[in-house]
Amino acid sequence: MNIAPKSSFVLSRRHLLGIEGLSFEEIAGLLDLAEEFVELNRQIEKKGSSLRGRTQINLFFEASTRTQSSFELAGKRLGADVMNMAVGVSAMRKGETLLDTAITLNAMRPDILVVRHHASGAVELLAQKVDGSVINAGDGAHEHPTQALLDALTIRRNKGRIERLVVAICGDILHSRVARSNILLLNALGARVRVVAPSTLLPAGIERFGVEVCRDMREGLADADIVMMLRLQRERMNGSFVPSVQEYFHYYGLDQKKLGYAKPDALVMHPGPMNRGVEIDSSVADGAQSLIREQVEMGVAVRMAVLEALSRNLPNT
Amino acid sequence: MLADTRPILLANARLIDPYRDLDEPGDVLIAEGVIRDVRRGIRASGVPEGTEIIDCRDRVVAPGLVDMRAFVGEPGAEHRETLASASRAAAAGGVTTIVCQPDTTPVIDDPAIVDFVLRRARDTAIVHVHPMAALTKGLGGEEMAEIGLLKAAGAVAFTDAAKSVTNAQVMRRALTYARDFDALVVHHTEDPHLIGEGVMNESEFATRLGLHGIPKAAETIMLERDIRLVALTTSRYHAASITCAESLEVLRRAKEAGFPVSAAASVNHLTLNEIDIGSYRTFFKVAPPLRAEQDRATLVAALGSGLLDVVMSDHNPQDVEVKRLPFAEAAAGAIGIETMLSAGLRLVHSGGISLLTLIRAMSTRPAELLGLSAGTLKPGAPADVIVIDLDAPWILDPAKLKSKCKNTPFDEARLQGRTMRTIVGGRTVYELT
Repeated sequence: MNIAPKSSFVLSRRHLLGIEGLSFEEIAGLLDLAEEFVELNRQIEKKGSSLRGRTQINLFFEASTRTQSSFELAGKRLGADVMNMAVGVSAMRKGETLLDTAITLNAMRPDILVVRHHASGAVELLAQKVDGSVINAGDGAHEHPTQALLDALTIRRNKGRIERLVVAICGDILHSRVARSNILLLNALGARVRVVAPSTLLPAGIERFGVEVCRDMREGLADADIVMMLRLQRERMNGSFVPSVQEYFHYYGLDQKKLGYAKPDALVMHPGPMNRGVEIDSSVADGAQSLIREQVEMGVAVRMAVLEALSRNLPNT
Repeated sequence: MLADTRPILLANARLIDPYRDLDEPGDVLIAEGVIRDVRRGIRASGVPEGTEIIDCRDRVVAPGLVDMRAFVGEPGAEHRETLASASRAAAAGGVTTIVCQPDTTPVIDDPAIVDFVLRRARDTAIVHVHPMAALTKGLGGEEMAEIGLLKAAGAVAFTDAAKSVTNAQVMRRALTYARDFDALVVHHTEDPHLIGEGVMNESEFATRLGLHGIPKAAETIMLERDIRLVALTTSRYHAASITCAESLEVLRRAKEAGFPVSAAASVNHLTLNEIDIGSYRTFFKVAPPLRAEQDRATLVAALGSGLLDVVMSDHNPQDVEVKRLPFAEAAAGAIGIETMLSAGLRLVHSGGISLLTLIRAMSTRPAELLGLSAGTLKPGAPADVIVIDLDAPWILDPAKLKSKCKNTPFDEARLQGRTMRTIVGGRTVYELT
């Protein structure tokens, strides 16, 4: 049992529903704790025991391979019993509502629920009806807090800091919970955040989020330390929000040429899954400046930190 | 119980009659279903034997409210609301006339269904009920309904309820045809394509919640189009529910041009704004959506200036099953018929609006637009009268509401002023105990 971080940080709240409302100290505490898990995860013996006896249910109303397996692994490495429920294919098909599902699961006495849902606010609604801790694994176009935390950890480890870095978030800002959580988190940590997108993919009032708004990659990437690309869903590429894949890639797809507008040591990120040839060129995704694989590694560490810090606040009797 | 039809004297009241611009102390004598006399000192000069004398010192006596837009689930959605339950809620809220909407199942697009609603109301409702009929068959927006026959059967106006007629040709013809019958066309002005996936006002706040927005232009474009069609047809037109400053500007120009147009806003849009949604509170999901505070304030100013004609409840009972859902998936709509007066009084107490103006917009003006004899205290008018305690403080307990559904945005709200007694056709149908 050699997995035991030194940090005694406790997240003194029951749920992690979003970045909004987190204090600087809470964010820093989570990142520092995650940092320790990165090292512990690189050992042969990865199994800890701090969540032994705890039940963690991953409740995914929207399919996700990467986030779900990341949470599953994180829970297992801390010793929790982890159960995955893909609700999209069971209860909802039978007409059961979100709250019925919540109440049913709650009766099984889970300690931690990790929830993803396609509707904004759905995770918060569910959290009101259960006794354990709820972690938001993505709700609609609202928040995806663990993604923003893992992105911040990745940046901090590679750049040594976040303060004053220029971070360009590019692509479908309108539909992106990753963009919203990242804007909130990076601003809280003192970065200069830009959003770069065609106007059809920018939400109303985005300029009041403390970001610079750019419609052009050359302008948006100028002096950027970090270029964060977002996924554009297929159904939005064929004339509804942008005219075509070709046109989108031409103006907004990250290739070597556009990456050249950023600082020479700029680093590239993507929350995945990537659409190669749509928002990002393979040579960039797999190139020397890419942090995309490291983000996945950080994902497990950050989720372990969140599980650990929340569970320290759970009642012990 | 309350079936007493003795004459009633409402004595020593503050009388409000917007029809005659009257706000002064006096008495009201009611007998045989009509207002007999209205003046100071009726009691001193003698009243008929057996008259029930009600001391209304420190109370307001006003014409009963005419709620121009209320959804009642009968026929077809009786689990949400019946004519009986809606009428009890109305009576408790000082509403003596409900104008129900045609989006029932089946749709009120056939004279037989108008007749059904009127007969059911006569047998089960304790306030007056007048249906609006569909403007187009099945609310389909394609073929006009039988405007002449429906009007003859008792429909007071024509509307596709919460739907907009998107086809301008259909709208033009319906307006043109309606003019021949002097029928009022009431239209919900929201372009469904601009609404798209939207579920609340398009704003920074919607973006923070990750909810898709509905631009104000969805409303203003449709209203602007309608006004152009009214310019072609000179038909009587009423915008069912407007919410923003831009629409008021369109309305102002139309009125200045002398077109026969009017507009209503719901009491929700006059007293609440988008921030009330807070963390995804679905009781604040209404259609059209609650707008920004600036828009709310502009609506209140327009009510004060008379630009905005009518304040209605937009009563829309939705049961818990369709409200306890994520915001985007929850049904739109809020009940309001029982709280419209108390909520509206917030505008009076906060100093913006006179009581005369509020009662005009909730009673006199809608009665006038719909051709009803309600909305006034003048002698000879039907005795649809309410007694209001302007100052009574109370906290709204949804469990005590008469409506079958409890989806009120004023849940636990602190309110000041409420209906003490409601008289319909000379009979007391509600009394606060």
